[in-house]
Amino acid sequence: MNMMAALPVALTALRVNALRSFLAILGVIIGVAAVIATVSLAQGASDAVEEQIASLGANSLNIRAGSNQRGGRRGGAGSGTPFSSDDVDALRTQLPIIVAASGTVQGSITAVVDGINWPTQILGAHPDYVEVRDWTIGEGRLYTPQENLRGSRVAVLGQTVVDELFPSGGAVGATVRVAGQPFEVIGILAERGQGGFGQDQDDIILAPISTVRDRVVGFARAGVRDPVQTVWVEIAPGEDMDLAVAEVEDFLRILRDIEPGEEDDFAVRNFAEFIRAFNETENILGLMLASAGLITLFVGGIGIMNVMLVSVTERTREIGLRLAIGARRADIRNQFLIESVVLCSLGGAIGLALGVGISLSAESLGPMVGADDLAVSVDPTIALVAIGASAGVGVLFGFYPAMRASRLDPIEALRHE
Amino acid sequence: MSTPLIRARNLTRVYRLGGGDVHALAGIDVDIERGEYVAVMGASGSGKSTFMNLLGALDRPTSGTLVVDGASLADQTPDQLAAFRNKSVGFVFQQFNLLARTTALDNVSLPLIYRGMSAAKRKARAEDCLRMVGLGDRMDHHPSQLSGGQQQRVAIARALAGEPSILLADEPTGALDSQTSADVMGIFDELNTSGITIILVTHEDEVGAHAKRRLWFRDGLIVEDQR
Repeated sequence: MNMMAALPVALTALRVNALRSFLAILGVIIGVAAVIATVSLAQGASDAVEEQIASLGANSLNIRAGSNQRGGRRGGAGSGTPFSSDDVDALRTQLPIIVAASGTVQGSITAVVDGINWPTQILGAHPDYVEVRDWTIGEGRLYTPQENLRGSRVAVLGQTVVDELFPSGGAVGATVRVAGQPFEVIGILAERGQGGFGQDQDDIILAPISTVRDRVVGFARAGVRDPVQTVWVEIAPGEDMDLAVAEVEDFLRILRDIEPGEEDDFAVRNFAEFIRAFNETENILGLMLASAGLITLFVGGIGIMNVMLVSVTERTREIGLRLAIGARRADIRNQFLIESVVLCSLGGAIGLALGVGISLSAESLGPMVGADDLAVSVDPTIALVAIGASAGVGVLFGFYPAMRASRLDPIEALRHE
Repeated sequence: MSTPLIRARNLTRVYRLGGGDVHALAGIDVDIERGEYVAVMGASGSGKSTFMNLLGALDRPTSGTLVVDGASLADQTPDQLAAFRNKSVGFVFQQFNLLARTTALDNVSLPLIYRGMSAAKRKARAEDCLRMVGLGDRMDHHPSQLSGGQQQRVAIARALAGEPSILLADEPTGALDSQTSADVMGIFDELNTSGITIILVTHEDEVGAHAKRRLWFRDGLIVEDQR
């Protein structure tokens, strides 16, 4: 009898003992369901965070002038010679891998419209900044590079600022006073919501960098014309980010006359690194969940083994009869092994359905208990692994009972009461 | 001279127990021809069941030769013995040994599964066998829905399904009342008339009377061969 012929024999035996079969696989069902549900919820959560990190601009690099070093005393980050708008232009025009670049100057200000005050942040940047950070203009327009260069008093407001200063609408075309200067509102940024660290990303005013530097914040450094606080660049899609960082670093070392062997006086940070670091923690989390699932399956497997041993004892006469009518020992072993594997796979499949059901209902019930952005992601690979692991448990824990069944003496087995 | 269906020469079966060796069969010589109807008789412990188990390849001799249906059972591999049990012999037991919650039809086709026969052929063959024992109208019944006599007839049909050379019956009427016993023995008589070799173990004289030859066992030896 080959495996294909053993299957109907095993299936019949399982159907005939339906209740016991169900109880046997209960452990596997619960184990697989729990794993699927937890992994799906964890996957959903990590997808959401990854999305937020990606919204920072996965292809963008952040460059700051690093600490200056004088006689062993180091200043804090940003205390060294700042980059200038000329440096930013050099990055943009001379490095082909850079598709957009912007310096930024930021300051806390109070915006005023018709006697309404709103304390917020003003960010001076080149129009490229919007591209680097993947921002979009929701209404109106962005200022042009010419307006940026000229120092025009135009501003693009974040949605929070608009809501606070123009509760009755009509922001675009109106005038906002910042640091005593009138700014014409030419556009509104599309709403971006809460950032990855809880800050309101819409509470901001974007304006040409020279305007903000010279007229609002008053950022200046001796010996540097048009200084900027930080530099953001976007790398062309498809470029290797590690190589891009190295290329930008080399370029800046030449630009800033840093001798070989000397330390960089600036730092290039890569947001892809954050994502990578995050993925690592996610992998560790996944590994922990998978091992918890393995333990659960293991416990379920012990249940299967127990029930299979009981089944072998209970069916001793049946085994004796089967041997007497021509079953080989391998046939008996295969029958019980297949029973065990079919049982476990069935448990895995039911557990999978249950786990997916729990995940989906958690997603739809989440908002009722205040978990608004509870996301679920059922990974088909996990589903396959769950069923495969269940079948593996069936082989592992079914083997010993099956061997015991196949080694029975036919005469003894037939006499068994 | 043609070879007999069964030939035993100095056949012994010794069980090693704690208190010493037990000679269940102490060296028997017997020939049984194709088409015979043999009753193996004797008290319990006389060795008749051991002889039966050896004939059916459920057990292996300690020494001596035993050739059944052309197969020397003393030196076959376990898988060869399984194939022998599947093709050459059909067993009928005292306790019927039908699979519970399984239809008569599926019970009868069970030996054919181990032969790798297709489902359609199995079904056709099992139906023929059930009709042969007069249960053509009970094929879908489970054992619990059948009387003892009917259950034993299903078991006989199962033994016939593989078209064996020998039908081996171990106390086939031991669990039946006298009327159904007579019915079942009637079936054996008919089967023998149609040419099937039957060997049955019994300690009841009325059952033994159906056979055309009686082998009397005592203390592991054949003490009388009545024809």
